[in-house]
Amino acid sequence: MDALARYEPIIPEFDAFLEACERHLPTTVRVNSIKATRDRVVEALEAEGIDVYGRDWNSDVLGVATGKPGNTWPYVHGWIHGQEEVSAVPPAILDPQPGEVVWDSCAAPGGKTTQIAAAMDDEGLVVANDDNLGRLSALRANCDRLGLTSAAVTNTDARRATLDPFPGVDAFDRALVDAPCTCEGTVRKNADALEGAGASASRNLAALQSDILERAIELTREGGTVVYSTCTFAPEENEAVVDDALADGDCRLLEFDTGLESSPGITEWNDETYDDSLTKTRRYYPHQNDTGGFFAAKLEVTA
Amino acid sequence: MTDDDSGSSESDDRGDSGSDYFRRNRSGQFDRLPETEGDRMVEGRPSREAVVDWWVDRFAVPEDTFADYTLWEKGKGKVWALPYDLEGPVPVEALGLKLLRTRQEHWKPTTDAVQRFGRAAEQNVIVLEEDRARRFIAGDDQELDWDGDWGYLVVAHELAGGVEPIGVGLYTYGELTSMVPKGRRRDL
Repeated sequence: MDALARYEPIIPEFDAFLEACERHLPTTVRVNSIKATRDRVVEALEAEGIDVYGRDWNSDVLGVATGKPGNTWPYVHGWIHGQEEVSAVPPAILDPQPGEVVWDSCAAPGGKTTQIAAAMDDEGLVVANDDNLGRLSALRANCDRLGLTSAAVTNTDARRATLDPFPGVDAFDRALVDAPCTCEGTVRKNADALEGAGASASRNLAALQSDILERAIELTREGGTVVYSTCTFAPEENEAVVDDALADGDCRLLEFDTGLESSPGITEWNDETYDDSLTKTRRYYPHQNDTGGFFAAKLEVTA
Repeated sequence: MTDDDSGSSESDDRGDSGSDYFRRNRSGQFDRLPETEGDRMVEGRPSREAVVDWWVDRFAVPEDTFADYTLWEKGKGKVWALPYDLEGPVPVEALGLKLLRTRQEHWKPTTDAVQRFGRAAEQNVIVLEEDRARRFIAGDDQELDWDGDWGYLVVAHELAGGVEPIGVGLYTYGELTSMVPKGRRRDL
């Protein structure tokens, strides 16, 4: 937990935060509304003797009293997807609509891709990209099992992605940049998550993250929405990256409220200051909602 | 029996190499199906009409089941459905949901398609009791009396107040063969 010590000045109730990071993460699944309703999922899981409890902020997220939701009929049928609760936040903020064209720039293994498609009633086009061929298999397998028809899977470096493969599509309506990151927020499910984490690792990733976000803003239409998210606490990978995008001038931050408890983004870190509007971004800490950690920013493309 | 065309995560149009050359070479592209046989420009490519008719004839799904989808071929005979209107060709890894394998004597639906569209099927659907359903998803073949057509069937079971398709079975000579791809089998 040493890698987290540097966050003491910015994380409220820091002792509770550290304590939560040591606790095991509850198992949650997301109902795949493309194939099933919440009621049928609950009925089928309970028929297999698995206790299910709801989560207030999102009726499609269910806590399950089993470590292996994958070994159930609802999983086989693609009615559910094992997804950490807080990772359902970015697609909820993105708020994609049926018929739109949406880019998921760093999509594997596909939890958020499939959530985006479900929010669109599986109508439209979700371009799900990942540059890692190995992870692409998992993305495709999840899209297949959940019965997505609206996904197009691409295998390119998101920094250099184009719309060329899709004749007639001029721009994305929305884009999600769930960026590769140091993953500090996943420490509750993976104790090794903090190995190698630290300010320099974060600074090394920030250039990549900025380039992907910049590309997403370029490929999204004026008035469209771009959501930037990570599962890390590091300001270098969060507020600093968004601040960089704001400085380029083609976007502005929007406020949002998912219904989960969260803290505002910060505007000062070590010797750096960020734009005042960074307080519109949100930080999700493990002790706030008994989840993993996350950061999310909602941007409107203005040019 | 493994059915790698049934939506397995290990289908045969992908390999292990990550080099750009092989990536392009392997991926190929997606081409729109011609509307009818008369519109066909590529020899052997099924028409949209033939694909829709096949689903209606074989499984008695509603005729408008694919009305909101464009249909595509990648490789030889694999047909995919996408709820978006694009002109082709589209050079991507996957485009929509793989519906079936054509260009062979018996067209074969995929597990994914049967799970997604099979609820509306009214013909060539076999509903298994729980014990048999578990054996089917485990990949076991089983002897079974069935007085319907031989060939590919929608295999379903009762779940949470409805009949839910599990996958594709091949019925011949008193035996139901599970076509569930290896990666989708489960010991429940």
